[in-house]
Amino acid sequence: MGTYIIRRFFLMLLTLFGISLLIFTMLRLVPGNIADIVFNAAGMIDVAEKAKLEKELGLDRPIPVQYVEWVSGLARGDLGYSYVSEKPAIDEILPRIPITAKLAGLALLFAVTFGVPLGVISAVKQNTTLDYVLRVISLSGLSLPSFWLGLLILMAFVAYFGAIPIYTNPPKGFWNTLWLFSIPAMAVGFRSSALVMRLTRSSMLEVLRQDYIRTARAKGAPARTVNYRHALRNALLPVVTVIGIEAAFLMGGLIVTETVFNIPGVARFLVEAIRWRDYPIVQNLVMFVAVVAVSINFLIDLLYAVLDPRIRYAS
Amino acid sequence: MNTKLGALTLVTFAFATLMFAQAGEPKHGGILRIYHRETPPSLSIHEEATFSVNIPAMGLYNNLVVYDQHKPQNSMGTIVPELADSWSVSSDNLALTFRLHQGVRWHDGQPFTSKDVKCTFDLLQGKAKDKFRKNPRKDLFNNIVEVTTNGDFEVTLHLKRPQPSLIAMLASGYTPVYPCHVSPAQMRTNPIGTGPFKFVEFKQNESIKLAKNENYWKKGLPYLDGIEFTIISNRATAVLAFVAGKVDMTFPTEMTKALIADIKKQDATAICEIGPINVSTNLIVNRENPPFNNVEVRKAMALALDRKAFIDIIYQGAGDVGGTLLPPPEGVWGMPPELLKTIPGYGDVQKDREQARAIMTKLGYGSNNPLKIKVSTRNLATYRDPAVVLIDQLKTIYIDAELDPVESSQWFAKVARNDYSVGLNLTGNGIDDPDQAFYENYACGSERNYTHYCNKELEALFDKQSVETDVEKRKKMVWDIDKKLQEDVARPILLHARSGTCWKPYVKNMTIMSNSAYNGYRYEDVWLDK
Repeated sequence: MGTYIIRRFFLMLLTLFGISLLIFTMLRLVPGNIADIVFNAAGMIDVAEKAKLEKELGLDRPIPVQYVEWVSGLARGDLGYSYVSEKPAIDEILPRIPITAKLAGLALLFAVTFGVPLGVISAVKQNTTLDYVLRVISLSGLSLPSFWLGLLILMAFVAYFGAIPIYTNPPKGFWNTLWLFSIPAMAVGFRSSALVMRLTRSSMLEVLRQDYIRTARAKGAPARTVNYRHALRNALLPVVTVIGIEAAFLMGGLIVTETVFNIPGVARFLVEAIRWRDYPIVQNLVMFVAVVAVSINFLIDLLYAVLDPRIRYAS
Repeated sequence: MNTKLGALTLVTFAFATLMFAQAGEPKHGGILRIYHRETPPSLSIHEEATFSVNIPAMGLYNNLVVYDQHKPQNSMGTIVPELADSWSVSSDNLALTFRLHQGVRWHDGQPFTSKDVKCTFDLLQGKAKDKFRKNPRKDLFNNIVEVTTNGDFEVTLHLKRPQPSLIAMLASGYTPVYPCHVSPAQMRTNPIGTGPFKFVEFKQNESIKLAKNENYWKKGLPYLDGIEFTIISNRATAVLAFVAGKVDMTFPTEMTKALIADIKKQDATAICEIGPINVSTNLIVNRENPPFNNVEVRKAMALALDRKAFIDIIYQGAGDVGGTLLPPPEGVWGMPPELLKTIPGYGDVQKDREQARAIMTKLGYGSNNPLKIKVSTRNLATYRDPAVVLIDQLKTIYIDAELDPVESSQWFAKVARNDYSVGLNLTGNGIDDPDQAFYENYACGSERNYTHYCNKELEALFDKQSVETDVEKRKKMVWDIDKKLQEDVARPILLHARSGTCWKPYVKNMTIMSNSAYNGYRYEDVWLDK
């Protein structure tokens, strides 16, 4: 196990190195840089002033030099300065992470709380009215675009309560935070819960047909024990994988939800930074999302062993 | 006679009292909440060229002179003193002297003096040691030879030639006075002004917060305790936030006619105004490459335009047909409708198109042999939508055009490289004044003269109108120039769009300017009746 963890850790570092190269190269391949955008906003191009700005920001240096400088800065914990706000990139990025983490965490909680039990019920009550209803709900969860659902929720709030649950100022206190984040979390969690539910259902159906489940039933084990202790635990392996992928996705892919509910999180900031070609922000934010994704995958691999002791990592 | 006069006085007094009672006495306090459509690049007005900056930042600063903040139509007659108590022009019209208000302090407590005015113009003209990152309006002040101070409270601008409109440029929201002791870099991140509001914080994608300047030099002002601009980039969310009362006002001049109707349906008490913003949608043709180096092709294109169709299709009728300058009644310098009708392309659309088809046939084009071109434009809805209508209209004169959407960041670079044949562009005017519009967009060699139109004779007329002090005489000269520009197909103007602003009824003293979207955001006497 120890060897496995060390090997996986080095593989993680290698993956992150590859990602850093990819981000850096792709960002330079996108047409235009901050100087182009800055002058574009003014409806003019002053070649001399533009060149001066590029020099000031170090954009005139060879690309490999810029890469080495970024990576070495990253290793020292120096993320550079945002080209737009002219503040340290770390000060721009750090406050946004907890905002997205709260939203993603709540959405995931919503997905697991509803997705797993409802998936089990749907499998256990296969081909009953309840199963059909739950399947229709899960299908709608997968089909409804989250921006549409988000807007619908906002419109309903305005029409029926005369209030709008959007972020305009940082919430004060636990309950205010919970209230502010729970509605967008539900909007985004609905899709995730539908995914989890469908996967739990199909995985459960497969496990419920296994011999050891039949044996457990034949031994007279109560249905609850068979379903939740024997079947669910084994059915959870693919579900955990999907939850992990969802968690990684939610940390960087909430652009639509953050925009509709006006949440100043990581994803919206990333899109804005790309628009401005604010390289220090984009590079470091994408690296952050990559670190989260790779770490979650690593943790999930470890979780497999806990869920299914038959899995061994030595080889 | 005395009785009549007494009765009239009584009626006037009663009317005034009634109006006062209706409007209510201004109240101090409260935070005005406005949504902002995007994160502005910075709050340093001199370095930016979008009203996304003026709207939150104008309250931080003062100008030497400013347009009266409660007269919607900006004109020479609505310019009022601000940091300058008064101004005078020398007998040869070559020196403009300002006597400055005493006792004004910057937000950091430093005294404001004539040196700050000199520093501001030195920065604008690139003469200062410190430099702006970019200086989009430096050309506006080319006529200033030197700025001299006489003691701490008098400053004189020395001009190369008389320029009556210089005062209009100084009154624009784009021309605040900057402090000598604060660097341009700091002005971008932590601006210091003399204005009614102090900078508190600016968080990208989140908010811009301003707080009341307790030591504002205009006694008793501002009424508000502060202003909060919440950045809401999604317009649907922003409109719902306004309806739900999360913000007191929409982003100025951001609402379409359809959105205003929607708002009024949901909140009948909302006050909404729709008007021109002095931004024209125009056609740019690369006159250096064939076949557009042939003036006949350009003329045919101008004759194909159905301007009313653009306005009806894209803006549901909320727009105006005009030339370079914003048309009346809101525009001060625009050509009157009877003159517009005499310009080819502004009259009967069917007849004009027949004429255009005849030109194209003569040049060898026809329905079986159309001229194939690309219409390049910025890949933004406000650019793309009229480009699509344009493509449809060009088909009527045997021009088979294809849309070429250009990534927004590459648009001006592409135009500057002359890497286009036909394009569709938007041009905003900070002030409703011919000097700015003519020199910036049509003078030979100007950076914003995208079509490289160059007519030295006409440029001489630019100078002639610029020195004319008689407004009516100047207007006639301006009309002649504008007419000639349209006839020469220099940059055919398709339309001047109108857009709207809404605010809650308890927001008092809010005036939206009708011929500029850049000049009316000092907010010093705006108050909340809550």
